[in-house]
Amino acid sequence: MTEHLPALQVVVPMLAAPVCVLLRRTQAVKVFAVLVAWSTLAIAGTLLATVLDSGTISYKMGGWAAPAGIEYRVTIANAYILVLVTSVASVVLPFGLGSAGSSVPQDRKYLLFAAFLLCISGLLGITITGDAFNVFVFLEVTSLSSYALVSMGHGRRALMAAYSYLILGTIGGTFILLGVGLMYQMTGTLNVVDLSERLPEVMASRTMIVAFGFMMVGLFIKLAVFPLHQWLPNAYTYAPSTVSAFLAATATKVSYYVLARVVFTIFGAAYVFGELGLDRILIPLSLAAMFGGSVAAIYQTNVKRLLAYSSIAQIGYMTLGLSFNSLDGLTGGLVHLFNHAMMKGGLFLVVACVTYRLNSSMVDDWRGLGRRMPITMAAFVVGGLSLIGVPTTVGFVSKWYLVSAAVQQDKLVVAGAILLSSLLAVVYVWKIIETVYFKAPPEGGDPVAEAPMSMLIPTWILIGATIYFGLHTALTAGVASKAAALLLSGVP
Amino acid sequence: MTGLLGLWHYWMIIALMMVGLYIVIARDNLVKKIMGLNIFQTSVILFYVALAKVEGGTAPIIPEGAEHVVYSNPLPHVLMLTAIVVGVATTALGLALCVRIQEAYGSNEEDEIVRMDVEGLARRGDRAESAPHADDVPPEEVPA
Repeated sequence: MTEHLPALQVVVPMLAAPVCVLLRRTQAVKVFAVLVAWSTLAIAGTLLATVLDSGTISYKMGGWAAPAGIEYRVTIANAYILVLVTSVASVVLPFGLGSAGSSVPQDRKYLLFAAFLLCISGLLGITITGDAFNVFVFLEVTSLSSYALVSMGHGRRALMAAYSYLILGTIGGTFILLGVGLMYQMTGTLNVVDLSERLPEVMASRTMIVAFGFMMVGLFIKLAVFPLHQWLPNAYTYAPSTVSAFLAATATKVSYYVLARVVFTIFGAAYVFGELGLDRILIPLSLAAMFGGSVAAIYQTNVKRLLAYSSIAQIGYMTLGLSFNSLDGLTGGLVHLFNHAMMKGGLFLVVACVTYRLNSSMVDDWRGLGRRMPITMAAFVVGGLSLIGVPTTVGFVSKWYLVSAAVQQDKLVVAGAILLSSLLAVVYVWKIIETVYFKAPPEGGDPVAEAPMSMLIPTWILIGATIYFGLHTALTAGVASKAAALLLSGVP
Repeated sequence: MTGLLGLWHYWMIIALMMVGLYIVIARDNLVKKIMGLNIFQTSVILFYVALAKVEGGTAPIIPEGAEHVVYSNPLPHVLMLTAIVVGVATTALGLALCVRIQEAYGSNEEDEIVRMDVEGLARRGDRAESAPHADDVPPEEVPA
């Protein structure tokens, strides 16, 4: 049984999705989906422990050996991402017991859970597979289910948000497919290990530059790297809050892992940074994302949209870490990936708690909430401090790694930019804190009570994690630096 | 045939791809955009099939007793079966969204929809934005 865990990791949620549709009864589906999410977390945890203990696992799908068959390859790097995705899913899905997608009529909620499980399955598949074409297939499984999830938001603007997400996402996916095709044309293989062995021979050809270009543009769209982030603000704003929490915490993170794998494992750092000079493009783009995203966030009047723009800025920090091409830099990127998932997931759940009671995510309507929903708003403050990067929160840990990576390479301007953009985060977080704590609640509004326990507990698990991992860095930073060392070594 | 003309099928694929991408960018009608996306995806499918072709190759079936059979690479064809399924799913989902957008806005023209959204914002002030995201309405308040 244990030797089949890599396959079960993906197959369990995928098979559970149609079961949800067959079950139909909302309560039964909810309990079932939560159990499935928890079981995927257990599988991911076991895989991470096994990998830390005894090294990379190579699983032959259906008993067919690579390169002819599809290989599932579990390394420290992707086991870390698997644990992240499944733990966020395990926290966010029970939250759904109280409210997930209440904009969806009760009798159709089972469809939301089915799409949710498919999305989880796709994300895990992208992460675990060792086959380039398989990455594309799972990427589309994830994307298609997330278009459906976004379109379940309340109001007609969710539909347009899902539509433009679909158009951009499909263009991105097709570019990746084209890149994979060009790599196959030159090497005759789709297996990642095989590709990394055979590509150096054909590296000099122009086809490889084209392949790399298509892969990068496709992944940048999926990852929402500035200036290809257009789909993200609307999708996160109009999707149901729980869906925003899940997508913000996982979808872009998995794309980041694929990017790191393409850059370091398949093409190799020497080619990407030495010959093509990706850092000369990616560092300015990351800085633009950090400043552009943060400045745009300051001017938002809607908390969800504010958090979405802040996500674009945070993705800038991650890609910046990758473009340093150093151990500290990539560790910073991978740690920030985990940390941002915790804080942004937690913050979106706070929004979900508030909209459940208040029915609005406009900053103006949040006046005086600090006294009416003290526990929820305390969670917002902690999450906000973590976004800024205050010591003892996780945000500090990842920014510490990024700044020291910049200083190591004598990029003092970049180090200064990281600190300066953190100050912009102070502005947009303060804007909400001020409204919540220092403004009188609107006159004549309905009295607003604290969110129910079933929502507060998941929110505080994620927010509490931002403090816990801020103090105990060995778990995240330790594993992340091992993962970064593995990726940088170029060993698949 | 060598040189640029010898690669004519790649030129056709690039042309098809640009046609698709242009439709996606330039058209306002949401259904037409989906069709453009379809053409765009189809060009990649043709690309894969083109690179599988071996000159003089037949179907990859080796008759009993035959030793040297030249056959085209079957793998890209298999991959494209999956890509076609992905394309069909995307098109179906896109068109389903078009139907719901038509129901919600009464239009499938992007410029009209954008205008309606902007007007909605102006009429109800900033708060118009809040309505669509007030998504976590308590179950009892959700219209059946």
